[in-house]
Amino acid sequence: MKQRKFLKTATPYLFIMPWIIGFLVFTIGPLILSLIMSFFDWPLTTAPTFRGLGNYIDMFTKDKQFWKSLIISLKYAAIFVPLNMIIALFLAMLITQPVKGVKVFRTIFYIPAVISGVAVSIIWGWILNGDYGVLNYLLSLLGIKGPKWLVDPAWALLAVIIASAFGVGTMMLIFYTDIKNIPVDVYEAASIDGAGPARKFFSITLPIITPTILFNLITSIISSFQQVTLVMLLTGGGPLKSTYFYGLFTYNNAFKHHKLGYASANAWVMFIIILLLTAVVFKSSSAWVFYETEAKNSGAKKTKKKKGGRK
Amino acid sequence: MKMSKKSKIVIYILLGLVAIYFLAPFIYMLFSAFKTEGEAIAYPPKLLPSEWHFENFINAWKSQPFGTYLWNSILVTVLTTVGQVLSCSLVAYGFARFNFKGKNILFMILLSTMMIPWDVTMIPQYMEFNLFGWINTLKPLIVPAWFGSAYYVFLMRQFLMGIPKDFEEAARIDGANQFQIYWKIFMPIMKPSLILVGVLNMLTVWNDYLGPLIFLQDRSKYTLALGLASFKGVHSTQIIPMLCITIIMIIPPIIIFIIAQKYIVEGTSGSIK
Repeated sequence: MKQRKFLKTATPYLFIMPWIIGFLVFTIGPLILSLIMSFFDWPLTTAPTFRGLGNYIDMFTKDKQFWKSLIISLKYAAIFVPLNMIIALFLAMLITQPVKGVKVFRTIFYIPAVISGVAVSIIWGWILNGDYGVLNYLLSLLGIKGPKWLVDPAWALLAVIIASAFGVGTMMLIFYTDIKNIPVDVYEAASIDGAGPARKFFSITLPIITPTILFNLITSIISSFQQVTLVMLLTGGGPLKSTYFYGLFTYNNAFKHHKLGYASANAWVMFIIILLLTAVVFKSSSAWVFYETEAKNSGAKKTKKKKGGRK
Repeated sequence: MKMSKKSKIVIYILLGLVAIYFLAPFIYMLFSAFKTEGEAIAYPPKLLPSEWHFENFINAWKSQPFGTYLWNSILVTVLTTVGQVLSCSLVAYGFARFNFKGKNILFMILLSTMMIPWDVTMIPQYMEFNLFGWINTLKPLIVPAWFGSAYYVFLMRQFLMGIPKDFEEAARIDGANQFQIYWKIFMPIMKPSLILVGVLNMLTVWNDYLGPLIFLQDRSKYTLALGLASFKGVHSTQIIPMLCITIIMIIPPIIIFIIAQKYIVEGTSGSIK
């Protein structure tokens, strides 16, 4: 009898055991180790030596590249996040229009998002090539002399942004499913009251999807700070380190220069910046995010839950 | 909702223009893959090749051990997908269908791990796998997938929360134990959710570049993504093989997506609510 009772209490823990083990071994263990390492001078081959806050002090006072990379990543996030969200929302509005064959377009718009960063970097590296790239050729037909996208420091960041925007489909789909769930009768009621399409968008659609905007805002801030693959392969951080993103800075410190302790400190600073930005966004959200609007109440009541991130 | 003919035309024009933006690079790439090297970098560029060089694909495939890379990619993709689907469904079932001490705190911890940037854990993970003797093997890419992933657990739990409580009561009266209930009753019901997680994982793993880059060294261990990227270093001037392999590499994800589209669209809807 006792044994059976024990089994009953233990069962739920057995179910979640894989995650608990994985969490300890692959997440929290490395997380703690990383924090410890950030206080050490930790070369790959020789023994580590403790240096207290040395890594952090060096980073903020001596390493000019730290500030440069931080600013590049902030600049990228500041341009890319809003731009990507506006495009995603625009496309989501387009594919929710009641016209025939619109689902085919939904598929087409999403396809680039299922392709790897490697493939995207190859495709865009070739299209954006300053000498024979087809984009500059098309621009020349319009009488515009295209820049040398990937070799001109003034344009390289924009080139990275253009290539990243190719994967807008993921976010578009999230907006799409949310807009789709808005009951049609809300719009019909507005039409009877004489509201035009613009009025309907700003007074109905936009307020209802504010929780989704919050979700997308947070996940895209997180992912834009972690952007590595695309810059690594498209520009290699160049030219003249104009696209030396913070993620690349951290990666190279670790795996190219083998300064594991210093790179850990870099990563922790990034983590803290992400947490701070997320906290600020959450704090501000009470002013602009509307939960449980009337439109939602008319349908089945659903509890809202916001959390998460997609890689 | 009724729409005027005029606004319908405007919408089709917009849809068409965007579709061109998304499709043109692929179409242009597909045609260019059959060109000669000189023709591919000719200026002004032409859309169609003057001669169709089908052998480009064979030459590209032979230029590196791509057969091995493909096999490695398939191995990692399949094994991680099986691992994620099994482990995440177990964990999600645990969180969704039981009440136990510490459940809410543990679930909050699970959700908050999604905020941790990979940059923070990659260095210690590298050292950990080095300690295990796993560097330059496929294990670092496969094994962690058997211990669940926060986002996938979250998706599956959301799905399970929507199933009425009395569902398992009948089975329990029949004398089935919890594991049997999970396996025989819930796994079939969870099919849409399992497919969603499986497909998302397949796409992520097939496309992953940084993991293989850090953990693999020998070419015999390379995945397709890593092999493709290595073109950039080795043959920086050769465009044709790069385009050919890119095309080969993007076909499986596109096909999988088109087949499983329904699950992705529905699953996305469920994840936000």
